[in-house]
Amino acid sequence: MEILIYTILTLCVLGVLAAVILYVVAQKFRVEEDPRIDEVEKMLPGANCGGCGFAGCRAMADALVKREDISELYCPVGGADTMKRCADYLGKSAPQKEAQTATVRCGGSCAKRPRTNRFDGAKSCAIAASLYAGETGCAYGCLGFGDCVKACQFGALSMDPETGLPVVDPDKCTACGACVKACPKGIIELRKRWPKNRAVYVSCVSKDKGAVVMKACKAGCIGCGKCEKVCAFGAITVENNLAYIDPRKCKLCRKCVNECPTGAIRLVGMDPLPREPKQPAAKPAAAPAATTAEKGPAAGVATAVKPVAEDTATKTRPSEQKSE
Amino acid sequence: MANQLFVAPSPHVHSAESTTKIMRDVVIALLPALVVSTLVFGWSVLAVTVLSVVCCVVFEYLIQRFLFRGSCTVGNLSAVVTGVLLAFNLPASIPWWIVVIGAFVAIAIGKMTFGGLGKNPFNPALVGRVFLLIAYPSYMTSFPQPTGAVADAFSGATPLAAVKFGAVSATAVDYQDMLFGSIPGSMGEVAALALLAGFVYLLWRRVITWHIPVTILGTMAVFAFLVALGRGPGGAMLYEFPAFHVLAGGAILGAVYMATDYSTSPMTIRGGVIYGIGIGVITMCIRLWGSYPEGMSFAILLMNATVPLINRYVKPKRFGAKK
Amino acid sequence: MKTFPIGGVHPSDNKLSRGAAVERFALPDVAQVPLSQHIGAPAVAKVAKGDKVLVGQLIAEAASFMSANIHAPVSGTVTAVDMQPNGQGVRQMMITIKREGDDWAPGIDLSNDLVRECNLTPAEILDRIKAAGVVGMGGATFPTHVKLSIPAGKKAEYLIINGVECEPYLTSDHRTMLEKGEELMVGATILMRLLGVKRAHIGIENNKPDAIAFLRELSKHYAGVEVVPLKVRYPQGGEKQLIAAITGRQVPPPPGLPIDVGAVVCNASTTVAVYEAVQKRKPLVERIVTVTGRGMKKPSNFLVRMGTPVASLLEAAGGLPDGDVKVLNGGPMMGRAMVNLASPVTKGCSGITVLNGVGARRAPESACIKCAKCVQACPMGLEPYLISKLARKQMWERLENEEVTSCIECGCCQFTCPADLPLLDYIRQGKQRVMGIIRARAAANAPRK
Repeated sequence: MEILIYTILTLCVLGVLAAVILYVVAQKFRVEEDPRIDEVEKMLPGANCGGCGFAGCRAMADALVKREDISELYCPVGGADTMKRCADYLGKSAPQKEAQTATVRCGGSCAKRPRTNRFDGAKSCAIAASLYAGETGCAYGCLGFGDCVKACQFGALSMDPETGLPVVDPDKCTACGACVKACPKGIIELRKRWPKNRAVYVSCVSKDKGAVVMKACKAGCIGCGKCEKVCAFGAITVENNLAYIDPRKCKLCRKCVNECPTGAIRLVGMDPLPREPKQPAAKPAAAPAATTAEKGPAAGVATAVKPVAEDTATKTRPSEQKSE
Repeated sequence: MANQLFVAPSPHVHSAESTTKIMRDVVIALLPALVVSTLVFGWSVLAVTVLSVVCCVVFEYLIQRFLFRGSCTVGNLSAVVTGVLLAFNLPASIPWWIVVIGAFVAIAIGKMTFGGLGKNPFNPALVGRVFLLIAYPSYMTSFPQPTGAVADAFSGATPLAAVKFGAVSATAVDYQDMLFGSIPGSMGEVAALALLAGFVYLLWRRVITWHIPVTILGTMAVFAFLVALGRGPGGAMLYEFPAFHVLAGGAILGAVYMATDYSTSPMTIRGGVIYGIGIGVITMCIRLWGSYPEGMSFAILLMNATVPLINRYVKPKRFGAKK
Repeated sequence: MKTFPIGGVHPSDNKLSRGAAVERFALPDVAQVPLSQHIGAPAVAKVAKGDKVLVGQLIAEAASFMSANIHAPVSGTVTAVDMQPNGQGVRQMMITIKREGDDWAPGIDLSNDLVRECNLTPAEILDRIKAAGVVGMGGATFPTHVKLSIPAGKKAEYLIINGVECEPYLTSDHRTMLEKGEELMVGATILMRLLGVKRAHIGIENNKPDAIAFLRELSKHYAGVEVVPLKVRYPQGGEKQLIAAITGRQVPPPPGLPIDVGAVVCNASTTVAVYEAVQKRKPLVERIVTVTGRGMKKPSNFLVRMGTPVASLLEAAGGLPDGDVKVLNGGPMMGRAMVNLASPVTKGCSGITVLNGVGARRAPESACIKCAKCVQACPMGLEPYLISKLARKQMWERLENEEVTSCIECGCCQFTCPADLPLLDYIRQGKQRVMGIIRARAAANAPRK
């Protein structure tokens, strides 16, 4: 009986003592915080992905509450809806940003870009990239070890075992940009997201000269400039032997797609323009091409490359159509 | 060129070390004790050991195959080591079904729940042993007499128990029997010399360093010496009490084979010394003042729990660091 | 026997080309000369397409203090100054020269006569070394004139000549010591004069008894030069390890430098290059390259002009073996694997090692068993298992606290790992990231001050 009483008493005293200590410490180290931060944090997706540039959603909420001007802040995961809700709650004006999606700009699949060596180190793109050019002859292309897949918190990226290239699921992609940062080759770009996930883009980032590209990869951009000439909206520029389609100017007219001799321009979610009227369509395109050639006769290298390019284009095209 | 060109970051050569080789060396080091134990307690020793090893390997295989659905790594012999060590911690007269339960607890709970080899915080064989010790105390503490055959299964008391419960004095123990294993006890712990031969083999093969075993046994000896000193003038007792504690029970088996288990011991030499001292002190406290005659397994498990903390705070001496 | 204090491993040394005397290699028909053959800023090209050059003529000038001059290794016509793939397939600026004959620039002493006398001032010696474009030839390619310019407030006490060559397979330093012993001795005395130190220690591992005996005999005639035999242990040739082995002093962690403990270390081949630069005014246009490997028919040591394609060296050593191969620029512990065998020999290329068959591939990795062998092997007293894991998990902050920047990338941890884990792959990655973070922080803090 005595033991029982002592035990209960000791436990009670210890409990009270602990409660007092906890209370004192809690009072002493209490941090006053704007309660709105909690509310805003609840509105954010809570993925802590860092896509906004902050360490996590809490830090983003903190910035949203504390900053006067929140036009620079944007949560790519929650998108415009979330930002509008937060801004309404805080009585600030919501930042506007167009919807984006990650785009893998490399078409060098296993079939089109033969392997010249085998990487035997730790399976990481960053490690391979800091060591050497890569398993193929192309020093710009995808390394295929999936750093982007590991970086994606939303399961939007996966490696296609057949091509050896990452594939983006645009419905899952939140454009947080983690894969863009993770890719040591800078292949992934956040591009404007069209309705129905349509897209047209140059699926290559190689700045090598045409002849070098063609030796390494059958799907690379050789910088021939045909797409630039055919584009009616001035959306395509060729710089450092590489074409780039500006998603803000592109109207998805698809003319460039048929023009590309190597198939480096990829079309997603749409059928290509019919091939039959290609001959008449090519003629008006060729006319301005001739004028530009007259204007810029300095492009000696380009003219030297062209015949080769067309040559291989005619060779590769039938086979490509078969595969498609 | 008929060449396949390989590329990798340096280094491009590798030592001959492998997990399998290390585990094989541990098994080889345990063989002398197994032979002596078989001579002392009879064929049932081999039967229990084989059963334990088979159970451990089978449980590990089944868990990896059907729960982890991953690649199978039973080939690295780590389950064999666990099986042998578990058997060494059991009396030779143990019923077969207890061995199966012990192997299951060791592998399934002690090892695989944490993710398998290298990730378990507690020595799996000891988890199995302590579970059995608590669940089936009567089976686990009745040791057969060292007669060469399991005839009189329920009569032996280990030297530790005998001394602890006042049956004999530590000076009256036959040290020759303790060195060669002719004493009642768990299968693997009785043959001190055979275990030490295995220790030398492990040191020679560089599987372990001497630090952990020597600090454990050294701490125990010093502790026993001080206790003997505190108990007043004892003459020969001053030297025999430490010697008795180092040789008795599972001290050598635990210090050399269980405490040095890679994943449950500290990563640094200095950490290993702290860990060893802790095991030595706790073992002696349990032996002298606890309710069990032997405390090695509890001491190792307790210190296993401190290993993450030791690893976090005890760092190796950095090159060029200020003294 | 002296050695360094902590860690280290003992890979089998495989010095197959130990006994192969140095052969002069045929001049290349076309030499490709990269502008970046050293640590620091790439040199700036001084020639253009169509220019005629002579051997030893300056073709690219050091861009800054931390850079090095580059000279034409062959005489002929410059055919291109453009981007060409290096051994790793990465494009970098290179000067391509089509060889015509072998005409040397005037003022270079091409005789084999030994010139012992040196009465130049330290500043003049340094100028000649800088003009000749000498860089560390053990593989690190640190510009030698930078290393020998002692910062104000520091004083050199020890000159250490690194003849350790602890990398398995490589024998170029070993052959240099045997065949250019006198030049090495004179080079050492020049360096002593430059640094104002009284003694030079030549550290040589005990697996080269012939070099130890030969240089000991020679050192009797050179006051202050002493040969120190060292126990065979990798990475003894690491600068910090060698200083600790010979002087017992430990270079403090980064940003600590060898000069902080009063030591200057110079590779044996570099010392000979210093001799040639100062006494013969001969720029660094050729070097000894070991071409070796278990699958090579004729492991050799070649005296090669810079810019010679690696493929031609492999050809001369018996050609690549069939099947799986890995071709390394350097030795198997720290060498870089190559993909472009047409790439040229550069100043830092001490050897081409070919691993074939099973040796070309890594064993598959398994789970870490926490055996702590990597901790015991690390010569810098780090915990490789931990920093590798932290780097894998991208925990940069903790990685910095665990002193990942001290890592010398020697590879002992990965060499010894029984689970065949790619420890160093991740550690190297983590180290680069942490160094980047430290630099960014320094840059951010600098303007405020």
